[in-house]
Amino acid sequence: MTDLPEKTERKLGLVIDLDTCVGCHACVIACKGWNTENYGAPLADADAYGTDPVGAFLNRIHTFEVQPDPREDGSLPPAQMFHLPKSCLHCDDAPCVTVCPTGASYKRVEDGIVLVNETDCIGCGLCAWACPYGAREMDPAEKVMKKCTLCVDRIYNDNLPEADRQPACVRTCPAGARHFGDLADPDSAVSRLVEARGGMDLMPEQGTKPVNKYLPPRPRDAEIDVLAPYLAPVDEHPKGFLGWLDRALGKL
Amino acid sequence: MIAPDRTQPHVDTAPKVSDEIRKTTCYMCACRCGIDVHMKRGADGKLQVAYIEGNRDHPVNRGVLCAKGSAGIMQHLSPARLRAPLKRTGPRGSGQFEEISWEEAMETARGWLAPLREQAPEKLAFFTGRDQSQSFTSWWAQAFGTPNYAAHGGFCSVNMAAAGIYTMGGAFWEFGSPDWERTKLFMLFGVAEDHDSNPIKMGLGKLKARGAKVIGVNPIRTGYNAVSDEWVGITPGTDGLFILSLIHCLLKAGRIDLSYLARFTNAPVLVNGDPKSPDHGLLLTTDDGVHMVIDRRTGKPAPFDGEGVEPDLAGSLRRAGVSHRSVMQHIAERYLSDDYAPETTERLTGIPANTTRRIAADLARTAFDEAITLDRPWTDFRGHRHETMTGRPVSFHAMRGISAHSNGFQTCRALHLLQILLGAVETPGGMRFKPPYPKPATAHPKPHCRVTPGKPLDGPHLGFVQGPDDLCLTEDGSPARIDKAFSWENPMSAHGMMHMVISNAHAGDPYPIDTLFLYMANMAWNSSMNTAEVQRMLSDTDAGGDYVIPRIIVSDAYSSEMVAYADLVLPDTTYLERHDCISLLDRPISEPEAAADAIRWPVVEPERPGHAGVRGFQSTLLDLGHRLKLPGMTAADGSPVYSDYADYIQTHERRAGVGPLAGWRVGEAEGESTPATAGSGLRHGRGAPNGAQLDSYIRNGGFWTGHIPEEAAFYKPWNRAYQDWAVAIGLYDKPLPYVFSLWCEPLRRFQLAAEGQGRRQPPDHLRARIRATLDPLPIWYPPLQDGHADPVEFPLHALTQRPMAMYHSWGSQNAWLRQIHGMNPLYVPTGVWEANGFRTGDWARVTSQHGEITVPVAHMAALNPNTVWTWNAIGKRKGAWALDPEAPEAKKGFLLNHLIHELLPPKGDGLRWSNSDPVTGQAAWFDLRVKIEKVAAPRQTYPDTGTQRSPVPPAPQTVRRTTGAKE
Repeated sequence: MTDLPEKTERKLGLVIDLDTCVGCHACVIACKGWNTENYGAPLADADAYGTDPVGAFLNRIHTFEVQPDPREDGSLPPAQMFHLPKSCLHCDDAPCVTVCPTGASYKRVEDGIVLVNETDCIGCGLCAWACPYGAREMDPAEKVMKKCTLCVDRIYNDNLPEADRQPACVRTCPAGARHFGDLADPDSAVSRLVEARGGMDLMPEQGTKPVNKYLPPRPRDAEIDVLAPYLAPVDEHPKGFLGWLDRALGKL
Repeated sequence: MIAPDRTQPHVDTAPKVSDEIRKTTCYMCACRCGIDVHMKRGADGKLQVAYIEGNRDHPVNRGVLCAKGSAGIMQHLSPARLRAPLKRTGPRGSGQFEEISWEEAMETARGWLAPLREQAPEKLAFFTGRDQSQSFTSWWAQAFGTPNYAAHGGFCSVNMAAAGIYTMGGAFWEFGSPDWERTKLFMLFGVAEDHDSNPIKMGLGKLKARGAKVIGVNPIRTGYNAVSDEWVGITPGTDGLFILSLIHCLLKAGRIDLSYLARFTNAPVLVNGDPKSPDHGLLLTTDDGVHMVIDRRTGKPAPFDGEGVEPDLAGSLRRAGVSHRSVMQHIAERYLSDDYAPETTERLTGIPANTTRRIAADLARTAFDEAITLDRPWTDFRGHRHETMTGRPVSFHAMRGISAHSNGFQTCRALHLLQILLGAVETPGGMRFKPPYPKPATAHPKPHCRVTPGKPLDGPHLGFVQGPDDLCLTEDGSPARIDKAFSWENPMSAHGMMHMVISNAHAGDPYPIDTLFLYMANMAWNSSMNTAEVQRMLSDTDAGGDYVIPRIIVSDAYSSEMVAYADLVLPDTTYLERHDCISLLDRPISEPEAAADAIRWPVVEPERPGHAGVRGFQSTLLDLGHRLKLPGMTAADGSPVYSDYADYIQTHERRAGVGPLAGWRVGEAEGESTPATAGSGLRHGRGAPNGAQLDSYIRNGGFWTGHIPEEAAFYKPWNRAYQDWAVAIGLYDKPLPYVFSLWCEPLRRFQLAAEGQGRRQPPDHLRARIRATLDPLPIWYPPLQDGHADPVEFPLHALTQRPMAMYHSWGSQNAWLRQIHGMNPLYVPTGVWEANGFRTGDWARVTSQHGEITVPVAHMAALNPNTVWTWNAIGKRKGAWALDPEAPEAKKGFLLNHLIHELLPPKGDGLRWSNSDPVTGQAAWFDLRVKIEKVAAPRQTYPDTGTQRSPVPPAPQTVRRTTGAKE
């Protein structure tokens, strides 16, 4: 078993806007590209061109359909579709860390990032079993556990321009649905966003206290005011339109 | 168990990112984003591609990049890459080839083509697919002298492009975009998650960030429609009717922009109302040939652009007992009719009347009650100065969903009419054109088809006809082109009709050809309707055992399905190994506030060790042109004019001072319009060729932008400052102000011919259809297939969408992307799912009037109740793309294409009608009607088109990419 720090100085994490995410998978592949080149072993793909390709990804998109309840008048609102990008949520009470038999999994004191020290990882897979989010994947070639590092090798990297010192998934997101920052700081942009938009924990009942937050979708189709005024006709008779046109032009 | 250790391991948080960043242009789709390619030096000292991300400075993507773009590295390293020119050794389609030298390949091609050029240039049909060098490939085809050239627009979105250009001198995507910064209400019609990719996502993100409303109109609620605030799950093929119903509501309430219509459109122009006149239905002109309006000051006729004239939208003129009424009067008469009332249209569109009325009210309120004003003075083409710019902050975007129907052209026209009635084109908050647009149809070339053996064609192949005189017909009235573009069947086919080439060539109709030459077009697979039948046509033999289509040359970078049907394969490079220019002469990357163009350059050299290697197709084409001694490619002393495509990009001049790239040309800077670094001897826009131009582009991140002055940024078609800027930069040679064509005269000229007027007459069987469909005002008619396939027997509409993470067939061999989309079920709506008793994992037989397929199904609730759909081009032929023949793409993936014929089913009139739009010839992919029934799960999808042998070795089992220091 590995201890968790009692407290971390910062809580770096992601805020993901489910109202804006179009499910394009840009974050999935940017993550794959950066992390194949960087932290630890490259992310491998077994049977890459075969019948059952299995690759290690640190971030995946899940798509859900929701059928809202009937409206008051009994009519059924249209079904909705949501995209849920999911990677390690860097939980405060991370069960993947405490379950690790070698100390390879750990949570950093300075920023709360959960990492796997691949040198110490024996590939037993206990952490993946312990994670309620399914956010860890075994590398099919290296047989070590891979997970989101929050691009720990980008966010402090002074070889990168300052604007690029953010996770690869955030930098690439075309819709701007992903935000990165310190959720321990109530004045940070991400904390304010969570406050303004009612940011939520994913599966809070698991008690893992995730750092990452999700911004819920705004109401869709639902807020339509069925009593909103329609356009008033200028004249009930088609011929009246020309009379109106003439009067209207006279006023221009 | 090892004791826990509270000491944290050391992590290198600042590793070296790369040895060098090379900035070029993505080609993972047609979006053309700027990319930073991070290079690392390998053990052998050579730079390798390590990582790709978006270029923050680039005008298209501003640093972001989609899944395809980031996966480009896997495309570049694909095991399906060809390695050498190939000569076919087995039957067509078998995939049996031998590698040959480039010299043998080029001499083979020359040997086939040289006699054609001398005797019958039209026997070469040269068609390109998702080619981004059409101004170059068309120039080559023109020099060769064949009329048979086009790119893929005819099966993509020509309806969108042509309707936009004929109506308002531009359309969506590379022509124009919503004013994302200012729009308050955005409506998206029929966008299948691409076109254009990152800019739409970035734009939606901006709207979402400030809470602007998004309405998605699409039978399928995925992607952009999933995040829409309101989803309108319309019945496929009825968008035009819905739009005209919105127009009905707006007109009825007088919620239209009268001042805009009077000043900037042909709404006030008088229409010849004399049924006996040969010009009946055309616009009246003054004695000087200028369109005629009634001047409200005098009540008398006047030229529309006359000094101080106040055009009367309600004007009419009585002459010799005949009333000539304004276009606006015709508009009012037509769309105020109860035919377009929401209560009438709801049965067909599936959109409740109150939804249509509410959306119309939303549009009106946002456009007029929430109008925006910019304090930006500007001067119009009449010389009138305006102190402010008034904006109607409603905007629209649309793409193939409304375009790929047989009523698509008129539907796109209807959408533009809606935008224009709201005053929301080229005004703040609305839609904005991107240079070189706006550019009216009259400023584009007309099509040319005159063949002279041994000589170039008499002009550009493609263009915008103004009437029957401009059609591409032979002396006897038959089509001059192999695809029958610009013929009576589809007179305004501005992009050609690539989807008809193979079936027409096979039928020898209108004439047989000798050589089919294809570039970057997978016509033996997902780019053809009727795929299995097209494969048969490509390999069909005549009584003597010879192929019906005698010769096929294909250029492709990968082992595609089409490659297997080639006699000769000229292997292309990947996009990271080549030169390209994304040119203002072609399909540039401009933004509403700037003209822009860009390049690709070989960030790595194309190396295929142990093989003859690959070459950029455009360089191959220049070499072939020189071997054929084509004019423009061969100097007087017989030497090549251009050593390769890079040389062409830098030194070719289309007009004096105007070449493929507008940045860093030779000449001194002149004021604001053409600045460059002072004293450098370089300038932007017009200028002499610069032999080091590509170096300037590379130094500047791979692109050039020329900003439009502030006062010229809106009202571009009518804005003097914009027109002057466009001339200075070389977009036009003189100012070209024009008004929008709500009444589209070229359409009316074809109707007149169908009514018996004029020298060139359509065949009798087409008269009624031309009269009905080529209406000068937007109309809606049911998709033509509905008149052939029984809607009761085939009750479901069947559509395809392209996923955001995959583009075109070549995405499926990408080791990363195929793990996202490795198979494609047919998505079935709830009612149909339940009625058929489907369960997860089931399969279904899907039947159209033309054919049947057997495919896996999946349930989807957020779907129009009468629509089924699937992802496009995931399915693969066994043996193609270096995939395992048992791969899910080959076993469970499928194409809907098998269900779609190029021709409509016979309906007993003795004729076979084309399955395309009667105006433009656009392939009517989305008219498809099917029925569905549950079947026992088979071993694989049906039909099975067999296995092709792979000309490349089997792919590696595991991909585990390491570069540079990690190696």
